[in-house]
Amino acid sequence: MPGAQIETKLWVWQRLSAAVLGVCVFVHLGMIIYAVQGGLSAAEIITRVSGNFIWFVFYAVFILAVAVHAPIGVRTILNEMTLLSPKATHLVMAVLCLVILVMGFRAVIGLYQAGAGL
Amino acid sequence: MSNTIKVSVWRGAKDGEYQSFDVPRQPSQTVLDVITYIQRHIDPTLSYRFACRVGVCGSCSMTVNGRPRWTCRTHVDKVATDGTLTVAPLRNLEVVKDLACDMTTFFEKMNKAEGKFHPTKTRDDDFAFIKPDDKKRKQAAAGIECIGCGVCYAACDIVDWNKDYLGPAALNRAWTLVNDERDGGNAIRLAAVAGDAGCHACHSQQGCVEHCPKHLSPTHAITGLKRETAKAAIKGLLGGGD
Amino acid sequence: MKTGAHRNHPHYWAFVLHRVSGLLLALFLPVHFYVLGLAIEGAATLDGFLDWSSTPLVKLAETALVILLAAHLTGGLRLMALEFLGTRESSKTAVAVATGIAICTGLAFALNGT
Repeated sequence: MPGAQIETKLWVWQRLSAAVLGVCVFVHLGMIIYAVQGGLSAAEIITRVSGNFIWFVFYAVFILAVAVHAPIGVRTILNEMTLLSPKATHLVMAVLCLVILVMGFRAVIGLYQAGAGL
Repeated sequence: MSNTIKVSVWRGAKDGEYQSFDVPRQPSQTVLDVITYIQRHIDPTLSYRFACRVGVCGSCSMTVNGRPRWTCRTHVDKVATDGTLTVAPLRNLEVVKDLACDMTTFFEKMNKAEGKFHPTKTRDDDFAFIKPDDKKRKQAAAGIECIGCGVCYAACDIVDWNKDYLGPAALNRAWTLVNDERDGGNAIRLAAVAGDAGCHACHSQQGCVEHCPKHLSPTHAITGLKRETAKAAIKGLLGGGD
Repeated sequence: MKTGAHRNHPHYWAFVLHRVSGLLLALFLPVHFYVLGLAIEGAATLDGFLDWSSTPLVKLAETALVILLAAHLTGGLRLMALEFLGTRESSKTAVAVATGIAICTGLAFALNGT
């Protein structure tokens, strides 16, 4: 079947990134519920992440996994529920991946370096 | 409980309408009995299919109150709880006339999914010795009872949304052959079932499992195909272009 | 006539929830990253936003997002169990449990933040 190789590979990447996200989301949700106690402030977020290499690595991995996972999912939805061509949905997927990577790393690098701005 | 049922039956082909009939209620009546009564006593122009009428052949599959079922195994008491019935042909298949659909696409997809046996031995070779508790044999056995009735195909949302989707029955059949030690066609077969019209289009909604009259699980077969095609793709064995 | 009656079962609803939650989360992500990126402009800008977001309506939206995330995660676990563990039973219980956990997570978030 045409596209068999690519569809299968996308499926594999989707599941691999899902496995990584399973861990990341679990940690993230746990952290949010804990952090939200008594309200949330910028200082609190920055204190936690800025200069902390472990959180930085954690979020870097998180962003990489989401940048793989979300676009593949969106592509599937577009293929099934819109009249966009396979080429078009492939392009949308690539663009979305780029957007997540750029905006995500901008945010996480910003927060990592933000200690100095406090 | 009144002693008649109000039955709405689809008449025509793709363009058509529901026609209403009043059918006398009988004890232990099945929907097939109802349709047969209409055709024999009220309107002989009603077209429908059946054969064994005892739940073995799958010919009488129709949509009853929105769900695909074997009409010979559907008791009126169970479905016409308010004294009404709606009977239509199976979804996702082209209607020939009234309650009979064209099963051609359904069987073509069985072929497209490489649901045919590729022999590796000749009559001069010995039998294949496969133990009853062999894992692959059990996997094949779990899906082999499919009689191609089309109910799962009619129940499947992906078949509804994607005209090219091979469908649960074809993929289930392919899986039984993937697990058949005697078969030599897996290279072609895995390439045939992978892709967005193949096993990867399934999202495990399990409409097929919910409705299969033989309680098979095409979803289980499809997840098996997903794993096997993934292994093949990682090894670069899928081919198929792109 | 009863169209869609064949879709009225747990795994179909699980699929719908998974798809809707995934799509909404994907749309939310750029917004999320943008807000966090405000930290680059200094803590005050981010705090300004965070103050706005402490209003009840936004808190409700955030709780909904947490539920969506938890639902997508638990729904994903259901799917991966089906695909990799090859569970045969329709595991409708799993769907119920997954939904329950998602709602509980949302509640924990909502209660903790007030």
